[in-house]
Amino acid sequence: MSIPILKLYNYLLISIQTEIDDKTAIQFQEDLLDKIHKTGATGVVIDLTSVEIIDSFIAKVLGDVITMSDLMGAKVVLTGIQPAVAITLIDLGIHMQKVATALDLEQGLIKLYQELGV
Amino acid sequence: MSPHSCVKIRKEWDIVSARQLGREMAKKLGFSTVDQARIATAVSELARNIYLYAEEGQICFEVFETIERKGLRMGAFDTGPGITDISQVMQDGYTTSGGLGAGLPGVKRLMDEFDIQSEIGQGTQIKTVKWVR
Repeated sequence: MSIPILKLYNYLLISIQTEIDDKTAIQFQEDLLDKIHKTGATGVVIDLTSVEIIDSFIAKVLGDVITMSDLMGAKVVLTGIQPAVAITLIDLGIHMQKVATALDLEQGLIKLYQELGV
Repeated sequence: MSPHSCVKIRKEWDIVSARQLGREMAKKLGFSTVDQARIATAVSELARNIYLYAEEGQICFEVFETIERKGLRMGAFDTGPGITDISQVMQDGYTTSGGLGAGLPGVKRLMDEFDIQSEIGQGTQIKTVKWVR
């Protein structure tokens, strides 16, 4: 099971719609970096609207992929984190303070556009 | 829903099955959306610990009711190597697997009751409870 990555101008859009197991998460990490490399994308939005749970492993993979993308020159914004997910992340002690976030996909794209232009 | 069910943890995908069952039971018991996510997350952390450190074990759920309240008991049982220093693994940020070290202290905060027993060479058992509010 792989997570589709869509290209929109200089941006990449990902909407995670499936239950993420560890393997899918690691695969996604590699796929995204590969896609950034191939397309030269400068911005990435990962939409988590349909994600009902983020445990410490998934949080680590997400945090890592954001840092890795940053190293490659692409800025990542996480969008659509559900209230229950935000609460459980803090319960777990995971704060993700340096991560750019936005309420939804639209706001995420606006955030990227303001920082990077098209 | 049977009042008592267990999921064996042997492969990575079992972590997903265990948390799905946990969420399902939590939902049927009438937990709020946030508490359902807390329970599913706690299951995920415990199941992953079994998979990473003990290789094999199980996660068991039990619905129980008293006159005043009802709750979900969740236990994680393995026959792995055991934990040498429990106070160390209960510290935020302590990890031997390159993870965030958020698992066990996180589970303690996600659930209402938390008990851990471990014996070297015998295995580890963790018992937790979440009450319906």
